[in-house]
Amino acid sequence: MIVTVASGKGGTGKTTVAVNLAVTAAEAIRATQLVIAPENPENFVELIDCDVEEPNAHLFVKPQNVVKQEISTMVPAVDMALCTLCEECEKICRFSAITMIAKKIMIFPEMCHSCKGCSMVCPTGAIKESSRVLGSLLTGQSSHGFNLTWGELRVGEAMSPPLIKQVKKTITCRSGRGNSISEDINNKLSIVDAPPGTSCPAVTTLRSSDFALLVAEETPFGLNDLALTVEALKKLGVPMGIVINRADSEQKGIIDDYAEKENIEIMQRVPFSREAAKICSKGLLLVNELPEMKQCFKELYLKIVSRITQNAKESKYKKTFTKTATSSSDNSIVGRS
Amino acid sequence: MKVAVSSSGTNLESPLDPRFGRASYFLIIDTDTLAFEVKVNDQNMNLPQGAGIQAGKIVANCGVDCLITGNCGPKAYNVLQSAGVRVVTGVNGNVKEVVERFKNKEFEYSQGPNVDGHWV
Repeated sequence: MIVTVASGKGGTGKTTVAVNLAVTAAEAIRATQLVIAPENPENFVELIDCDVEEPNAHLFVKPQNVVKQEISTMVPAVDMALCTLCEECEKICRFSAITMIAKKIMIFPEMCHSCKGCSMVCPTGAIKESSRVLGSLLTGQSSHGFNLTWGELRVGEAMSPPLIKQVKKTITCRSGRGNSISEDINNKLSIVDAPPGTSCPAVTTLRSSDFALLVAEETPFGLNDLALTVEALKKLGVPMGIVINRADSEQKGIIDDYAEKENIEIMQRVPFSREAAKICSKGLLLVNELPEMKQCFKELYLKIVSRITQNAKESKYKKTFTKTATSSSDNSIVGRS
Repeated sequence: MKVAVSSSGTNLESPLDPRFGRASYFLIIDTDTLAFEVKVNDQNMNLPQGAGIQAGKIVANCGVDCLITGNCGPKAYNVLQSAGVRVVTGVNGNVKEVVERFKNKEFEYSQGPNVDGHWV
């Protein structure tokens, strides 16, 4: 299953939640304190940092044996010996990445979205494939028993979704949504750290997740951006739960009111603590330093697992129910004819 | 000599539009007779990006020798340079006055774009 940690507002604690959750999950599996028994405990958990514009999970995870790979995308190059200056490529390009100026074809690689439309419409095959570097893909092993994969966008590159898609391709578990999630739970847990916001980078990351964990803070700004993310997730059809970070107290606040109205579960409150802030600023893990945080993340992890298992059961029930309903209506048609 | 001026209106009394890519109009002016033609620059209004490229193409296709505007970014400058159109930037005032100052050789041609791209 793919659990994506997201939030509309930046700085709410996505990475803090993602890394501490990954460590908790990996430890819980090793201690086999769980309802589920994976086939291969060492590879049960993986952490994927999709915030390619500013990845920072590796600062906390401190992975070993890091392998770095350059990632490129296709951009057009024109063979002027074959070009007839028909301008078909320019007409199809939505982004003005290819334009004819004074009987020359100009290409603006930074505008290109690699759709290959230009090469498809070119009647003479004059469009050749060139490439533009998007950034790097990195993978390493955490001493906590899981792999971390992340992307680093090239400085100056304006579009992050193409690199995010490449990072997501490394996710080894398939999304269970629409299938039998419960089977997938036994195979793997992928925790994905999403970029902030509700625009293309966040949507690209959240698409096809089994569950979205929304990290929210109890401020008017935090609430506003949480609501934007919730609306986006409803459209994507991703089930969600909320974690309130830096929660002032056990008392209910504006996030609780909103969650109740929207019928979204508050899965955990991570209490406000100056000590926690100090630990994070040193690049250390809350679950390793503070026993109450260890407990807090363990509870959160168990809640997520039980929630997803429950979702899976419900969707299985729904499927069976729909199947029965369809077959009975089929019968009635047969009966009538 | 034929010049293009980015303009916020459709006549010579209009103030120069300091934006190039998203200027409202381009006035294509014969500097000797002050006869002019109006080019509406509205195809760019709904473009999320690449306005400078398209505007550069319009101006280049008018066969002008020079563009007079406020700000010109790197992509637009690139297009204009490829088409052999020289660029004058950092200008303000009404179009007629700008053309007079151009004729009096008060301006210097730009050696490059005067602003960064701002398309994100």
